[in-house]
Amino acid sequence: MNQLTAQAPGGVPHLTHWQGVWRWLLLAFALVLSLGVAQVVHAQADPDREMSTGAPGIDADQWRQVRSGETGDNYRTSRYESDYNLINSSGETWRQWRNRWVSPFGLIVIGGMIVIITLFYLIVGRKELEGERTGRKLFRWPLFLRALHWSVASLFIVLALTGLNLLFGKFVFRGLFGDAFWGGMISASKFLHNYLGPIFGVLLIVLLVCLIKDNIPKKHDLEWFKKGGGMVGKKHVDAGFANGGEKAWYWILATVGVLVVASGFVLDFPNFGQGRDTMQWANIIHAVGALGLTAVSIGHIYIGTLGTEGSLEGMTTGYVDETWAKEHHNLWYEEVKDQSVSEQELVDRRASKGAGDSPATRSS
Amino acid sequence: MAQMKFMCDAERCIECNGCVTACKNANDVEWGIQRRRVVTLNDGESDEMSISVACMHCDDAPCMAVCPTDCFYKTDDGIVLHDKDLCIGCGYCLYACPFGAPQFPQQDAFGERGKMDKCTFCAGGPAETKEEEYEKYGANRIAEGKLPLCAEMCSTKALLAGDAQDVADIFRQRVVHRGHEDGAWSNNPKASADNLAYDAARKG
Repeated sequence: MNQLTAQAPGGVPHLTHWQGVWRWLLLAFALVLSLGVAQVVHAQADPDREMSTGAPGIDADQWRQVRSGETGDNYRTSRYESDYNLINSSGETWRQWRNRWVSPFGLIVIGGMIVIITLFYLIVGRKELEGERTGRKLFRWPLFLRALHWSVASLFIVLALTGLNLLFGKFVFRGLFGDAFWGGMISASKFLHNYLGPIFGVLLIVLLVCLIKDNIPKKHDLEWFKKGGGMVGKKHVDAGFANGGEKAWYWILATVGVLVVASGFVLDFPNFGQGRDTMQWANIIHAVGALGLTAVSIGHIYIGTLGTEGSLEGMTTGYVDETWAKEHHNLWYEEVKDQSVSEQELVDRRASKGAGDSPATRSS
Repeated sequence: MAQMKFMCDAERCIECNGCVTACKNANDVEWGIQRRRVVTLNDGESDEMSISVACMHCDDAPCMAVCPTDCFYKTDDGIVLHDKDLCIGCGYCLYACPFGAPQFPQQDAFGERGKMDKCTFCAGGPAETKEEEYEKYGANRIAEGKLPLCAEMCSTKALLAGDAQDVADIFRQRVVHRGHEDGAWSNNPKASADNLAYDAARKG
């Protein structure tokens, strides 16, 4: 204010000194007065007044309710046919489960299995037949079961590879092949996985039903496990048509396998309207189960092919050698040894009516 | 480098759904998809509250983290966009998203969902031509120096869009003028411990 009045005379030289001062004082008074009025207006944004007249604020409990994913009776969302809550509270849980636990540990389990089997093969080596092959064959797997086995097996491999691609592919192939190829690759993976999955599911159930009577656990199976399937003590352990290990694989498929199939159906058919939350859990069950099955299947594949002499021919030709049967399935051998056929008889039989003959009787 | 954010001031939202309509119109969004939605809590009660939600363009976006095809990316402006050529419609982004932002045109057997669609902050998406971009993702207003239409058209200016700093400044000013000690967000008595209004006033 002082500054203003002091400068005034210099600013208006044609007025007398006193007149100039008075005018400026008057102006300054008016300004001060208007400031006062403005403060009155400003005071209307008074906190207490606002609190008493304004709509009540949203309290912390309400935000907590929103955060927890609850919706309540008077919850509305403007999106057509949607009942999604404001915050998908389980989404982050699902993300952490998938990305921090399932994904890295799945890699460890499957990678670990490959390493263990490779080491086993390098150190212990292939399980050769101890005795000479007799050349006489026993019928083990009829054509229908072989066809079923290989259908389920090839579908399993396709589903495992496409599934692994869906989980880990982006870390490898996108950078390797570029977006265009990766786009086609991942889209094909999802397509195959979603369309072949249900076929696998149905065939797996059929296979499980066909094999259940061979896989009922027996007392000697416990002994088989105690001896590590013959690895401990290097002695033969009793086994019927299916040994303890095979039965274990059967029951893993009958439990975990069925669970994976069931959760897969939940994920594969969103048309039935199951919600986000259901699919989050289905996805975790599906991934954990499938990664576990894939790891165990690597063991099954090793034992059935590279790992044991004479096993694969049972599933390809349907017949196994007497010696193989004696060494791996002694109880079964005792039951069916009188039904063995020579290779010449086999050739003759095939020539006459194909290989679709009835198998030797079985017992677990 | 801006860091784009949406913010909906729940004290101002009047549930007019103008943002929803503006978005559908600006982006020519496919039938059945609504990139933005308005949620009302306690509808009809004295403490009714509405808030407009769409993709919030998270810093650590869960959709990006779980996508099997890695089709999401973040622009320099902090906008989360996705490439529809890579999307396989698996639905994982929907499982993970906190805000229910990703939507799919279909929901059919064998996981046939079509390509995911979500709010792009009116920033379009990856495409060869402008026409293709509009066809797939809708408008690219950011390229024209404009903000998302939902926020631009919000009649009460409840929905704010822009650089996080600017949005925060506007909201802080509102808080100061409202005079709520606790930042106008709640009646939480503990909130006065970090008195937002007071700090804001000192900063001017």
